[in-house]
Amino acid sequence: MKVLVTVKEVAEPEDDFQISGLEIDEKFLEYDLNEWDDYAVEEAVQLKEENDEVEEVVAVTIGPERSEETIRMALAKGADRAVRVWDDAFEAGEVLDPNAKARVLAAVAEEEDPDLIFTGVQADDDSIGGTGVALADELGFQWAAVVNAFEYDIDSGVANVHRELEGGVEEVTEVEAPAVFTIQTGINEPRYASLRGIRQAQSKEIAPKTLGDLGLDDSAIETPVGITDMYEPETEADTEYIEGSADEMAEGIAEILRKKGVAE
Amino acid sequence: MSDVLAITEHRQGELRDVSHEVVTAGSELAEAAGGDLHLGVIGGDVDAFADAVNLEGVDTIHTVDEGEEFNHDIYTQAVEQLFDATGASLLLIPHTVNGMDYAPAVAGKLDVPVVTDAIELGYNGGLEVTREMYGSKVETTVDVDSDEAIVTTRPAEWTPTEADGDASVEAFDADIDESAVGSTVTGFEEAAGGDVDLSESEFIVSIGRGIEEEENLELVEALAETVGADLGSSRPLVDNGWLPKNRQVGQSGKVVTPDVYIAIGISGAVQHVAGMKGADTIIAVNTDPSAPIFDIADYGAVGDLFDVVPALIEEFGGEAP
Ligand SMILES: Cc1cc2nc3c(=O)[nH]c(=O)nc-3n(C[C@H](O)[C@H](O)[C@H](O)COP(=O)(O)OP(=O)(O)OC[C@H]3O[C@@H](n4cnc5c(N)ncnc54)[C@H](O)[C@@H]3O)c2cc1C
Ligand SMILES: Nc1ncnc2c1ncn2[C@@H]1O[C@H](COP(=O)(O)O)[C@@H](O)[C@H]1O
Repeated sequence: MKVLVTVKEVAEPEDDFQISGLEIDEKFLEYDLNEWDDYAVEEAVQLKEENDEVEEVVAVTIGPERSEETIRMALAKGADRAVRVWDDAFEAGEVLDPNAKARVLAAVAEEEDPDLIFTGVQADDDSIGGTGVALADELGFQWAAVVNAFEYDIDSGVANVHRELEGGVEEVTEVEAPAVFTIQTGINEPRYASLRGIRQAQSKEIAPKTLGDLGLDDSAIETPVGITDMYEPETEADTEYIEGSADEMAEGIAEILRKKGVAE
Repeated sequence: MSDVLAITEHRQGELRDVSHEVVTAGSELAEAAGGDLHLGVIGGDVDAFADAVNLEGVDTIHTVDEGEEFNHDIYTQAVEQLFDATGASLLLIPHTVNGMDYAPAVAGKLDVPVVTDAIELGYNGGLEVTREMYGSKVETTVDVDSDEAIVTTRPAEWTPTEADGDASVEAFDADIDESAVGSTVTGFEEAAGGDVDLSESEFIVSIGRGIEEEENLELVEALAETVGADLGSSRPLVDNGWLPKNRQVGQSGKVVTPDVYIAIGISGAVQHVAGMKGADTIIAVNTDPSAPIFDIADYGAVGDLFDVVPALIEEFGGEAP
């Protein structure tokens, strides 16, 4: 049995950043493994540790060479190997249509033939929140989105999951494998990569693939959806700033609290 | 001329607020696109729900009497068929947890592009969507160069339509392939309660990932105790097991409406804001001047919580740990 985990290197802008054209200049960005994918990797690795039937956990990413460093974190935490898809066609910018992205991930899934696929609920940078379900649809797999508890019965191939709805309500659902689960934070406790894990990850495979290698061409990621403007949002609130030293800020806040009558 | 189809949402017998909001988004869009607004009501007590969403701006309501609760296989098939049958070219689905569970599948089945989590919609011959990136630090305009498009709309961004309408209500006979239903909802569970119900609180001191370490929590606990506030938090602290679930404020936690909410080291992600924007007065303390929390705060202090919080404790005669 095999588990596939999709992982994305996400960009996070520094406190002070500038937008140039349709993107944030790279010098203001820091890169990290998407928080949700960290939980997805952990869920897959735990499943393997607990079940002899799980032979392999394979991580897949669409990302440039730079992202290998981040993807290696998934390997250091226990994924067995990785596939990294990149192609000149991606240089044009982020693919915003989750179904276009899913076509690429599906091509990898078809080669790998996994029983279960874990994705994150959303990527922290563009927050589309759609790739996992789009991937399930593309593959004809079953799925469940926003999963915060996961139990899998290997014999019957049925997963018993909780989907975290709004307001602290959880839906309990049975899903038949093969299936895709979009993993919510808090489902487990992601491990820190051990020194040994980091060392081992150095010799694990990250196989590069182009669209052509996957039997796809540029049309696979062509989408009529494109960013035409990017800007810092105008604030709607007329926030009153309390300036000065920490003591002065504390004084200012204290004054507000007293005025509102909530503290003396 | 483009017709719009918008899908409503319900859970455990109740229509959810997003249903009224998507009517507003849908009628504005239908007007801009010069078309009609169709509403889809799927599952549950469809007649009662149809009655409740018979609101101003709605032209036709299509009821699909299939199932009690949301099931993504039924929704995917029903919405796909409604889109074809109504001849609509624009489809709106609320960007809720359930919306996330079927909108991309509908897009895949219909082979129509989907843009998620819209906060504004425009139509000028083509669809123009405003959405955020990088945890609300950046806004983008996204153009969809296609006759047909699907958009998921962010909850609480559109004012709910309340005025009654005179839409015609039609039962739609969806052809549901039961063999394609591979998931079964077996029930619901409520996250456990706890020592305090923040939705009742009048004064909340809330802490986010800016606290860095579990050991540092005693600092804000001391503040909450000194000023007599209840302690709340953003999600990551609960995910880490540092605080119990009943302390979590936000979309998947508690919706709170205190007189004063102090957000300390919280960036102001949309799912957090969903739970606290109804507070009368919001005070934010954050080192990052571009943190989105300042966009909704009444008062802001751009500062380091490890300096400001101890000073605030002292201000009220307490002792910082
Ligand atoms: C389906 C779904 C449901 C969700 N539900 C919820 C929910 O119910 N509640 C919720 O909160 N989140 C929820 N989230 C998660 C949400 O998207 C954010 O990830 C989360 O709110 C971020 O928490 P944060 O602001 O504490 O952390 P971050 O975004 O990491 O922000 C930390 C902030 O602390 C500031 N900071 C750092 N150091 C200091 C310092 N020394 N002094 C002062 N400030 C400092 C930083 O500038 C930053 O702004 C949900 C997400 C999804 C996808
Ligand atoms: N470029 C990518 N490479 C691999 N996985 C991705 C990529 N983009 C998105 N995903 C996966 O899809 C999930 C949801 O992302 P999104 O739909 O883009 O918000 C992420 O948590 C990842 O697991």
